[in-house]
Amino acid sequence: MIKKLAKYVKDCKKDTILTPIFVIFEVIMEVMIPYLMAKIIDVGIQNSDVKYILEIGIFLIVSAILSLAFGMLSGRFAAKASAGYAKNLRKAMFDKIQTYAFENIDKFSTSSLITRLTTDVTNVQNAFQMIIRILVRAPIMLIFALAMTFTISAKLACIFLVAIPVLGFLLIFIAKKAHPNFEKVFKKYDKLNRVVQEDLSGIRVVKAYAKEDLEKEKFRDVNNEVYTFFKKAEKIVAFNSPVMQFTVYTCILLISWFGAQLIVGGEMQTGQLSSLITYAYQILMSLMMLSMVFVMVIIAQSSAERIVEVLEEEPAIKNKERTVKEVKDGGIVFDNVSFCYSDEKDRTKFALRNINLEIKPGETVGIIGGTGSSKSTLVQLIPRLYEATKGRVKVGGVDVRDYDLETLRDSVSMVLQKNVLFSGTISENLRWGNKEADDEELERVCKLAQADDFIKQFPAKYETVLDQGGTNVSGGQKQRICIARALLKKPKILILDDSTSAVDTKTDAFIRKAFREEIPNTTKIIIAQRITSIEDADKIVVLNEGRIDGVGTSEELLKTNKIYREVYESQMKGDDEKDGKEN
Amino acid sequence: MEKKTKKSKTVFRLLKYVFTIYKLQFFIVFVAIIISSLANVMGIQFIQSLIDNYIVPLIGNENPDFSSLLQAIASMGAIYLIGVIATYIYNRLMINISQGILNKIRTEMFEHMQTLPIGYFDSHSHGEVMSTYTNDVDTLRQALSQSIPQVFSAVVTMVTVLISMFTTNVYLTLVVIAMVIIMTFVSKYLGGNSSRYFVKQQEDLGKVNGYIEEMMEGQKVVKVFCHEEETKKKFDELNENLCDSGAKANTYANILMPCILNIGNLGYVLVAVIGGILSVNGILTIGNIAAFLQYVKAFTNPLGQVSQQMNFIVMALAGAERIFKLIDEKPEEDDGYVTLVNAKMENGKIVETEERTGLWAWKHPHQDGRITYARLRGRVTFDDVVFGYTDKKVVLHNISLEAKEGQKVSFVGATGAGKTTITNLINRFYDIQSGKIRYDGINIQKIKKADLRRSLGMVLQDTSLFTGTIKDNIRYSRPEASDEEVYEAAKLANADTFIKHLPQGYDTVITGNGEGLSQGQRQLLSIARAALDNAPVLILDEATSSIDTRTEKIVQDGMDKLMNGRTVFVIAHRLSTIRNSDLIMVLDQGRIIERGNHEELMAKKGMYYGLYTGAIEIE
Repeated sequence: MIKKLAKYVKDCKKDTILTPIFVIFEVIMEVMIPYLMAKIIDVGIQNSDVKYILEIGIFLIVSAILSLAFGMLSGRFAAKASAGYAKNLRKAMFDKIQTYAFENIDKFSTSSLITRLTTDVTNVQNAFQMIIRILVRAPIMLIFALAMTFTISAKLACIFLVAIPVLGFLLIFIAKKAHPNFEKVFKKYDKLNRVVQEDLSGIRVVKAYAKEDLEKEKFRDVNNEVYTFFKKAEKIVAFNSPVMQFTVYTCILLISWFGAQLIVGGEMQTGQLSSLITYAYQILMSLMMLSMVFVMVIIAQSSAERIVEVLEEEPAIKNKERTVKEVKDGGIVFDNVSFCYSDEKDRTKFALRNINLEIKPGETVGIIGGTGSSKSTLVQLIPRLYEATKGRVKVGGVDVRDYDLETLRDSVSMVLQKNVLFSGTISENLRWGNKEADDEELERVCKLAQADDFIKQFPAKYETVLDQGGTNVSGGQKQRICIARALLKKPKILILDDSTSAVDTKTDAFIRKAFREEIPNTTKIIIAQRITSIEDADKIVVLNEGRIDGVGTSEELLKTNKIYREVYESQMKGDDEKDGKEN
Repeated sequence: MEKKTKKSKTVFRLLKYVFTIYKLQFFIVFVAIIISSLANVMGIQFIQSLIDNYIVPLIGNENPDFSSLLQAIASMGAIYLIGVIATYIYNRLMINISQGILNKIRTEMFEHMQTLPIGYFDSHSHGEVMSTYTNDVDTLRQALSQSIPQVFSAVVTMVTVLISMFTTNVYLTLVVIAMVIIMTFVSKYLGGNSSRYFVKQQEDLGKVNGYIEEMMEGQKVVKVFCHEEETKKKFDELNENLCDSGAKANTYANILMPCILNIGNLGYVLVAVIGGILSVNGILTIGNIAAFLQYVKAFTNPLGQVSQQMNFIVMALAGAERIFKLIDEKPEEDDGYVTLVNAKMENGKIVETEERTGLWAWKHPHQDGRITYARLRGRVTFDDVVFGYTDKKVVLHNISLEAKEGQKVSFVGATGAGKTTITNLINRFYDIQSGKIRYDGINIQKIKKADLRRSLGMVLQDTSLFTGTIKDNIRYSRPEASDEEVYEAAKLANADTFIKHLPQGYDTVITGNGEGLSQGQRQLLSIARAALDNAPVLILDEATSSIDTRTEKIVQDGMDKLMNGRTVFVIAHRLSTIRNSDLIMVLDQGRIIERGNHEELMAKKGMYYGLYTGAIEIE
């Protein structure tokens, strides 16, 4: 996994390598300084040798300045490297997600992708900075400081040889013990967030049913769980500082005791004793830091795993090596097509079964069917948003798998059922269809989609700024902007997936009329709940539970198809009466 | 200046939590930190006296007697042990305190949030509120459990060391103080820059996250329009900005520590040189200088720690400010005193009862102490109601209407005409500016909000489902309902068939607002929910908009059954569903412009006629 993630260091390689190098220099200075300080006490002060003090003092000042310089440089490089690394990771993930097919997106779910791109990257970034700074710093500090203690007194240094493994063992023991508890805490945290999230998005339901107390109780429960587990985990970690202190103090006492004997025996000087104690701090501190890094890396590990998952996901739909770059016409053929969603546990559960259908270029085709009859699934196979499990889908006489994806999707324009407008002006949103389009072109498609009138009524007209998700226009207006956006592509095939449900019947009729007159050569596929939206289509397909139940014109189906007749009658009843009144 | 007082107010409030709940524990922590720090400082002094008083006298001694040394070390060991125990105690107790406070703060936040008016949720994005629960509480946790004890212990150490310094030598202490002043300036400069860029980083992170959110939500549209490259380009730009501010913020934070430590080192040299000169002149003893130099080190180390923690504390305070802002948000006002109670008839009189009888009554306490009961019937009247979301812009003008018990009242009109708003006034999601809304003759301002809403069943525009089983979700409206009642309600809403087709039937767990269910299915669940609620007044807000016609027909049958004997307010897309309404209100720009039943309105050949014949757009 580290290998996989290390790849993304890329342009931060220089900073990433320079960081530990300067850390090493910094550490050398930090180890030097106590040594020089000891000299000042042992030689300079003991002998009241001001000249010596000045000499060593200058050394010390130089060392301090160097240490400062190195420290600043390593800090700077570490910050640059880790920020850059996080940037690369985010970019790599974002770019990867852009290659995903619908299937991949469904697999991860939108919210999980968001967490992976945000929180998980931050965790890994922090761990990365820790690794290149502390993970280098601590062992080197340990080694240098230990080496210094050996030069001062090999005998006393042996104390550390015992203390280091003992403390190391204890710290790792604590970290290991605490880790599973922290994992639990994170899980509970997720649950807590979910409760808040659901409460926020369902606040109207909560209030409408006056269920605030129920929500409070739900929250209290999970909050208490977080509290309990967090306390449990932190209780273990609370041993860290005392254990650390205990070891340091023990070392100090041992050094004092044995050191005193060595001094008395003439083997050591008093100043050396105090620098030994300084080194004791440095050695054990670096162990402490190591254990901290250890914990952080463990925490970041699961984040890293989640990131790697995104990066390693194979796009379910890819271009072939040799692709067709032109769509001849808008003819569509479904050749014995079956489809099932891959995340379905048993692949026997087909959403579409043995679909055979031929649509000629320029035809208008209506698709009707109940909830869950897989109408949307059927049309999403055409621009290859999903891939047929069995059988073939052909556009312009060519299997959709043979096309270059961009070519195919540029020729097949689709207005999704759950459509999205992005924050930005209306014209920016429209230009998603074609970024080179000029203003006249925008106006033309908007007129086609019957959107021009209302857009022009906004004070800022085409430059009206839409909120995220386009919440500041009505449902019907949103749908018409989406249709205009799709038209701007000048597609050979236009698919409207229940895209006029919020548009009134009259405007709906205008749109269809415009389609008929202005883009007669474009194949139009319309999914609708409303019979009037598809009644005059060249061909109507009735879908039922993933199978074609009937194909034909409205008149034919009225005679032959029971489902169609039922729907027709339930919707047209009112109109008959209305007509009666008008006459 | 104002900012400063705000900050100190935040600190004060946080301290209040500590003192009110954990007075004793915090006192113990306080003492333990002092003990722990003192043990540390005593250790430094001990080493000095160890050299001067125990080791030096023994030097040159033929037969050194180490027993007094052993004694000194043993007593120091005892002090250290006390220090270690004190350290453990304060670390351990701080966990109680910090976790306890966080638990309390989170609960307060959430419980307060439940009392906030709908308007709050309209004007704050979910992401914004969520981040208060996650990021802000988390930074507060770090500050409470780590930064504050560390800073406190550092301060105690520094003060004791400073006192020791003063007693050793005043001049040298002044040198140290001068050094501290320099350090303060440096850390103020670096810390200021650092927190400035941290704020910038937070902003940029917000932008990146916002963009990610928007694009992930719209990922399928991105695919359909082959817009991947453009999307990447915009992302790169934002990502670059974040990287830049992040690098800067962390740079300043990273170099703060080396700066402080090395200024400390320079101070050390200065003290050594001055001390050396003084000792040559006999003003200071060698032991004194050695001790003093140790003090300098003991003084600068915690200073470095404090400067490191300052960033966390500043961030935590900013988080706490946001937390308190949420807690201080003005709650929904509820002066209602009329409550809804279960009732039964005794000798032709309504009597309050505990059990669920199916008969409800308004319990109306009067000023003179009298309590009257009125049967819940479901008559709703609007009397010259004026409403606007803000005082400036009026959305509904002089609305008057009457829905008699059991009547079906429908609202039609274009988007923004105010249909949904009217229904949101009945349940008091929003409060009206003037006029009166009465429920069974009682001004709804007098009815306790929870009870008012309990008496209203709602099927809202967007179906909100909660993680849990299908059964739990239907039961949301009435948690005490039996399984049979749940099945009945589902059958009534015609949700039963599809539920039975799910892998675990009614026990199928749904997550994330019902991912995997179609929009139609989700709405069926929400209708079932309302059916179970069995309230005398129903509000159906575009409930059938995305159910296909066949299902809709089935739903409509169930709905008709459900509506039977209830007062119903309907807002529907399709006019066919409201034809049988007793009263149809045609709204235009916040005014009722036509009213009557279907036949009357058709005969009028006005707006309704236009809508019905498709000449005018509904949505």
